[in-house]
Amino acid sequence: MALSREEVEHIAALAHLSLSEAELDLYQEQLSDILDHAERLQAIDTEEIPPTATVLRLRTVLREDEVRDPLAREEALRNAPEALVQCFLVPPLR
Amino acid sequence: MSELHTLTVLQALDLLRAGEISSVALTQAVLDRIAAVEEDVHAYLRVTEEAALAQAEAADAQRARGEDAPLLGIPLAIKDNLSTEGIETTCGSKILQGYTPPFDATVIARLKRAGAVILGKTNQDEFAMGSSTENSGFFDTSNPWDLTRVPGGSSGGSAAAVAAGEALAGLGTDTGGSVRQPASLCGVVGLRPTYGRISRYGLIAFASSLDQVGPITRTVGDAALLTQVMAGHDPLDSTTWPAPVPDYVGAMRQEIGQLRIGVPEEYFVEGVQPDVAEAVRGAIATFEELGAEIIDVHLPHTDDALSVYYLIAPAEASANLARFDGIRYGYREAGATIEDLYANTRGAGFGPEVTRRIMLGTYALSAGYYDAYYLKAQKVRTLIKEDFDQAFETVDVILGPTSPVTAFKLGERTDNPLEMYLADIFTLSQALAGIPAVSLPCGFDADGLPIGLQLAAPALEEGRLLQVAHAYEQATTWHTQRPMLGTG
Repeated sequence: MALSREEVEHIAALAHLSLSEAELDLYQEQLSDILDHAERLQAIDTEEIPPTATVLRLRTVLREDEVRDPLAREEALRNAPEALVQCFLVPPLR
Repeated sequence: MSELHTLTVLQALDLLRAGEISSVALTQAVLDRIAAVEEDVHAYLRVTEEAALAQAEAADAQRARGEDAPLLGIPLAIKDNLSTEGIETTCGSKILQGYTPPFDATVIARLKRAGAVILGKTNQDEFAMGSSTENSGFFDTSNPWDLTRVPGGSSGGSAAAVAAGEALAGLGTDTGGSVRQPASLCGVVGLRPTYGRISRYGLIAFASSLDQVGPITRTVGDAALLTQVMAGHDPLDSTTWPAPVPDYVGAMRQEIGQLRIGVPEEYFVEGVQPDVAEAVRGAIATFEELGAEIIDVHLPHTDDALSVYYLIAPAEASANLARFDGIRYGYREAGATIEDLYANTRGAGFGPEVTRRIMLGTYALSAGYYDAYYLKAQKVRTLIKEDFDQAFETVDVILGPTSPVTAFKLGERTDNPLEMYLADIFTLSQALAGIPAVSLPCGFDADGLPIGLQLAAPALEEGRLLQVAHAYEQATTWHTQRPMLGTG
């Protein structure tokens, strides 16, 4: 499963990753190798097999919807690279 | 008492309870050991010496008041992907450099409540993606048995710290083998509990359907105790089991009685280092002497686990790691627009393996490929789980090697991702099936490097698993051997 250069660029854009030409070259080759290895799965008959999304056999339980104290705003902002007046500061959305 | 750092957790608790040692003396001995060997091992990203000694003093004061707790005064090493309030937590990644969580992970809160002393945060592969700790965004960790070799990964820092006497025990996390494989390569015990047995709240997510926290210790008994403290339902993690937590230490000490051990031929294939296979066959012989019945079982989808894992885990990672965008925490690279800021931050902040897996996962989930890759992998995951269900109809535990090879040289496998992924071939399928598995020492290769034995049990059967592992440990002396490091 050889990935084209356009596909690799498309994936990087979807994942919001700014990559150099050299990185795109490398990942094009390496991802193609890994996907080649994964091709073996296509030979397995899974027509009647349900997918496993989780191994848990748990049922969702419900609890009362209680109001609790949230993280203090200054705590939430403490790790922000840039903050201003109780807000995360970001460049224009455009 | 000059070698306090070599004590097991259970031994240290006996001495603390008898009043023969203090937590301050014990913690200081471990800190001295860190000072002596850390420049060779590099197990820790940061050691929190002052806080550790303060916690040790508090533990001693608590004991002086006549109180006790399951881990009161025991110094532990914590993997850096577990959130620790007030202690920088980077997940081994530059993208989280400088991030200090405002809360404790549930496992950390439980360890603290049990009286544990936190020594610091250990090195790991970035976002727990790797098998050698060489993907750390900061530096490599060395294997204490041979400093030119890897400690395994991704919990390589915790495994190396425990092997080197730089902690009495430690915490790792296991998504596809990241507790068991480094434990194997460093000659210590590593337990991956049943998926959902231990809360993931505050564990920085890699692959949410696979991630589990697990102890890395010098003995099976210590693993049992740490698991007991950490396990149980957590209202903050909806994937934790509500089942009561048994007395694992008590269960472990019971006679094994009639025991049926399954040995899958799929675990003894080409590519397994000959002295690894020989050591594991030696362990089988030990179990026969202990009266166990050895039964051939088949896990026909073992070979497919690698492809399944490397589609499912990256897919989940690509979604989980979307939160690292340079807005709320961690590293930020400037951009003219917010879209540029996201891409620049993520492009510069993530290392190569993490970038590779985000790309792979994004592709596997993208329009037109979802059915062929992600859904297909989830279906084959069902077959892998059914293999185990079927095998456990006739046996109590399944035995094999943890890793096909002993510790490899630093740098030896970094150029080829697929080759590195092969280090995990025997630990992926249990993770995909969600069952508990433990690695424990079972020998040494021709170069004197540790070999690990892996035992797996059905879901929630940790008690049985620890009992079998303990019986083997009692019958052998591998776990008593320690690497020659520094001056002692």
